[in-house]
Amino acid sequence: MAQDDWSKPAAKAIPKEGYFELEQGRFGPLYPRTPACHGFTIIAKIKPGTEENIRAYGDRIEKTIAELPDALEVLRLHYLRWVLFDIEGATYFMYQGIFDTDFDKYTEDAVALFSKYGLNTVFENLEGFPMDWKTNPQAFVEFVRKHQRPSFLEYGEYPYVTADEIKKALKLKRAFSEMLDQMQ
Amino acid sequence: MTPSRRVETRTPVESMLEFDDIQHFLLTRTPALAARYEFLTFPDAGCGRAWLAGVLDKVGTGKSVGSERLDARWVTVAFTWNGLRALGVDEGSLATFPEEFRQGMAARAGILGTTGANHPEHWVGGLTDPALHAIIILFARDVAERERCKHEHLGLLERSGVKPLSSLDLEAVPPLDYSHEHFGYRDRLSEVAIEGTGAEPTPGSGRTIRAGEFFLGYPDETGLVPALPQPEILSRNGSYLAYFRMQEHVGRFREFLREHGKTAEEQELVAAKLMGRWRSGAPLVLAPDKDDPALGADLQRNNDYDYGKMDPYGYACPLGAHVRRMNPRDTAHHMERRKMIRRGGTYGPHLPDDAPEDGVERGIAAFVGCASLVRQFEFAMNVWANDPRFAELGNERDPIIGTQDGTFDLTIPRRPIRKKITGLPAFTTVRGGAYFFLPGIKALRYLAAGASAAKS
Ligand code: HEM
Repeated sequence: MAQDDWSKPAAKAIPKEGYFELEQGRFGPLYPRTPACHGFTIIAKIKPGTEENIRAYGDRIEKTIAELPDALEVLRLHYLRWVLFDIEGATYFMYQGIFDTDFDKYTEDAVALFSKYGLNTVFENLEGFPMDWKTNPQAFVEFVRKHQRPSFLEYGEYPYVTADEIKKALKLKRAFSEMLDQMQ
Repeated sequence: MTPSRRVETRTPVESMLEFDDIQHFLLTRTPALAARYEFLTFPDAGCGRAWLAGVLDKVGTGKSVGSERLDARWVTVAFTWNGLRALGVDEGSLATFPEEFRQGMAARAGILGTTGANHPEHWVGGLTDPALHAIIILFARDVAERERCKHEHLGLLERSGVKPLSSLDLEAVPPLDYSHEHFGYRDRLSEVAIEGTGAEPTPGSGRTIRAGEFFLGYPDETGLVPALPQPEILSRNGSYLAYFRMQEHVGRFREFLREHGKTAEEQELVAAKLMGRWRSGAPLVLAPDKDDPALGADLQRNNDYDYGKMDPYGYACPLGAHVRRMNPRDTAHHMERRKMIRRGGTYGPHLPDDAPEDGVERGIAAFVGCASLVRQFEFAMNVWANDPRFAELGNERDPIIGTQDGTFDLTIPRRPIRKKITGLPAFTTVRGGAYFFLPGIKALRYLAAGASAAKS
């Protein structure tokens, strides 16, 4: 399939709804895989006065990953980006993730991870987040869905390549250069 | 496999499980050789209540079935969301049930992957009809006992005015000395051990699973009790059931084995690669090259393996084989949140080994029991059975239960070069399905009394 040609950069424009054809997943419409893989962008207003609280999570997560490098392995991530920004006096939190799975399929894994590593509590600083999310997973999922902003353009310089494939290729490269070194 | 560290820190829940209130269905595997399912509709609430009041005393509980080994029949009743409404549950309460249950199985077809020939538009027995309100499941020691109960129940239907939409008779596939389905695979080998029931997991099956994964009102694997549908008297001690009637195309299956295996031994190996176990039950991970019937029959040994350490690349058991998909063991995350309790049996006549396909419908009619249809059953169907990208396989679905239309493959890893079977045929077709709520006994009384009894 042409879609698998990583050597040919690709861009994809996405309709306003965030998908081409409505396909229901377990928790709502499915968002398509694009040249930039699967992903989401969640944007929500923060509760006043919680900005420092939220920023502190940066350090916390850095430490968690330093100690447990495979803590987030389940999510099959490429990148996470957390951003705080202001609009008209209010502060917003943007959580952008790029990964290789359809988020709908691994929603419960994500929720479980969030609570395991205390990531959940960062959400508790957001306006409208259901405080009973632990015993009400549906409310958690609905919050995330409500604040998801689908992209209207995604681009990949090496489209449709999974993080696993990249890691495999890099491993191979390392093994290969070691082999060349040995042959000197 | 090593049990999770969390085991020691748990408080025992032995005394907590209300065995006298929980229906026996998900707690005990009964020694039934025959069964009958009746799919019912209530012309009005009065009929429904009269029927329920008449059947209530016969419904087995965890307590009664656990202690009386001499029973000859076991009765279970469960309701669709429409059925709860038909019995008079008010709109406010109905809205507190989870969305997937409210929608019903047919509406979730896209999510389950039951498309094409498996699509609900082809289903039989009136299961997609909003008039489907209830199921009564009768398990019996033998066919004679089933027939006796059937007549008794017919009397109750006539007295109450409740009407059957359809029914299905089930019988064990001969030879009867061990449990197996129409393709010939030994069944009932793996079973979830629920914490607080006294059941011990067989070696290799992992640790016990918290009761809240199957019964509402108890802590689940998060350690918390999920929010209950309201009122609690209706939901506590209840479970959800996903019902599936799957036709097995035995002639096509045997033809496929002949096509891909020259000798009887080769054919057995092909059958084993599809399932992940030999037809004897012996798991491929423990018996990769040659069948081992003694191992297959030995519950102390036939689950004692993992995939991640013992067979990471699938040289023994293909990554896409049915049992590896339905329970990836140590190669999937949060397995303790994805467990399902399986119940059910086979229907339709046995097709003798040497007989050609006779066109008669036969298959399994099974229930998956859980506390969350979306998290347990729908996940299994959506991701494990029907996601072509499961385990990076690219273009495969479960060879036994996935929706197959001749366009998917099965990769059989081998050294030096893997083998790929392309264009797998459909060995099964979904002929019907529905979601039911399996209430506790107090809830049944509450429903029989018009869903308005005092809350205690
Ligand atoms: C015609 C349809 C089916 C056939 C012939 C079939 C056959 C089998 C057999 C022979 C086994 C091995 C015995 C055992 O572990 O107890 C098995 C295991 C299993 N099946 Fe199926 N099955 C069918 C449908 C389903 C469905 C619809 C589901 C759930 C969505 C399911 C879930 C499982 C699970 C969870 C296991 C246990 C795997 C393990 O723990 O290793 N099966 N099946």
